[in-house]
Amino acid sequence: MAQHQVNYTQSGGLPVALTTVDKILNWGRSNSVWALTYGLACCAIEMMASGASRYDFDRFGTIFRASPRQADLMIVAGTLTKKHAEFIRRLYDQMTEPKWVISMGSCANTGGMFNTYATVQGVDRVIPVDLYLPGCAPRPETLQYAVMLLQQKIRRESANKSQKPKRLV
Amino acid sequence: MQQTNKLRPFFENLEFERDDNHMVINFGPQHPSAHGQLRLILELDGEQVVRAVPDIGYLHRGMEKMAENMIYNEFLPTTDRMDYIAATANNYGFALAVERLIGLEVPRRAQVIRTMLLELNRIISHLFWLATHALDVGAMSVFLYCFREREFAMDLMEDYCGARLTHSAVRIGGVPLDLPEGWLGALAKFVNELPSNIKDYEDLLTENRIWRMRLEGVGVVPPEMARSWGCTGIMLRGSGIEYDIRKEEPYELYDELEFDIPVTDTCDSYGRYKLYMEEMRQSVRIIQQLIAMYDDTPPELMAHAPQYISAPKEDIMTQNYSLMQHFVLVTQGMRPPVGEVYVPTESPKGELGFYINSQGEPYPYRLKMRAPSFWHCGILQDLLPGTYIADIVTIIGSTNIVFGEIDR
Repeated sequence: MAQHQVNYTQSGGLPVALTTVDKILNWGRSNSVWALTYGLACCAIEMMASGASRYDFDRFGTIFRASPRQADLMIVAGTLTKKHAEFIRRLYDQMTEPKWVISMGSCANTGGMFNTYATVQGVDRVIPVDLYLPGCAPRPETLQYAVMLLQQKIRRESANKSQKPKRLV
Repeated sequence: MQQTNKLRPFFENLEFERDDNHMVINFGPQHPSAHGQLRLILELDGEQVVRAVPDIGYLHRGMEKMAENMIYNEFLPTTDRMDYIAATANNYGFALAVERLIGLEVPRRAQVIRTMLLELNRIISHLFWLATHALDVGAMSVFLYCFREREFAMDLMEDYCGARLTHSAVRIGGVPLDLPEGWLGALAKFVNELPSNIKDYEDLLTENRIWRMRLEGVGVVPPEMARSWGCTGIMLRGSGIEYDIRKEEPYELYDELEFDIPVTDTCDSYGRYKLYMEEMRQSVRIIQQLIAMYDDTPPELMAHAPQYISAPKEDIMTQNYSLMQHFVLVTQGMRPPVGEVYVPTESPKGELGFYINSQGEPYPYRLKMRAPSFWHCGILQDLLPGTYIADIVTIIGSTNIVFGEIDR
């Protein structure tokens, strides 16, 4: 039983917030970006560090999931080799829409220092990428900033339409 | 037999669809507990592994081939990306091999700094191993605690060389920088606090019933198996064979330092876990001795060998001949004498060796890296059969493999 009564006409109005479906869906989506544990090489260590105690990714609602079916975001952390390229595409296709990709580090962006017969020169040749992170390896702060930028991007998008097909480079 | 009209997954000579009760499953290459990109093809009888075939090469970046087209100093940052958990150990292994090839004497202060960095990296690597291994086995809080301590060590590395992961802090002929102001104090504070933190982890794990059940008697490597598979490092010492290159073939300052090599003959994952904890304590002991050594060393940091190593910055800026030599060394690279060298070092994972064949050119004719994880990965095909599927993750974790090193 409420012991006190609030007079809504005087003290601050009714407890009602007005918003659009787009905004509230995107608010939920952008604050629970679950990432796939896609550690390939050195950057994976920094990705783990950003999930661990000091940098604490959970503050952003970003929790690492081991299954592509539970993930919204694929952080490609490390060198993609030609032998592995098939699997990254398959895992990307298994993720449910809407989905986003962060390419973490020089190797994932452009092949980086490994301009050899074995490496894919940029993951954007295989899957579409939303954000590119420079650095070798990028610091955990960089990855967190990227997730914050991605959250802004998600909030700008329309929530109820299917995603536009993204361009492969 | 592969039929073109029907998609049947197959791997080498392994049929996935079978008529008997055996099941073939695919582990990796993108498994969160695969420590990178390990792919295992497992043949199961119920929950027991009958056959295990590790499939590697998913992180093959062609480093050895790259080395043949790079001058020696240019290749040094590439070695960072091999065992990326302890980058300094790789830098050092490569630098030491080139130094032996050209017969350089490294100044004492550089030796002290290098040994400090090596041992600090060993602590970083072992903490990381404990964190991931505990996470794989299911102890999430140990992961968070270990990463807390690891970040202090990473801050020290960052203060010294500016990078968290890929250091390139050890150069051919010495180290590029002296220790910054107040660094030794911070290092002393870190190593003095570490033993109490290690005790915290041990309190959480050593007598923990789940931890013991998951680790004791799991992944037993008999000494003969360890020898025949070329195991080194803790994989070998966990099987009761006392072999550490820091003692057998001392390099750097290890012959002047006092430390013990922990050995156990339990041969299982639990024994290896105890060795890792003990090795961290020994690294603390080594660093404490090195801190005392640092002060009475002369200030030189790079070896004096004008033919191979650039002169100090002041000389380059003031003396014309030093500038010319520096220009030649940067644009063309040093030309080591004709010859070949193999230098093993004790990286946190085991014997890390660099073989260099030089034809007197600025580029190595052949550079081969002997990475310990490669051999520890191969042992899986003998180690896994007979174990249960739930123990696979424990066994992979306790071998401490890292894929940048295996596939190179």
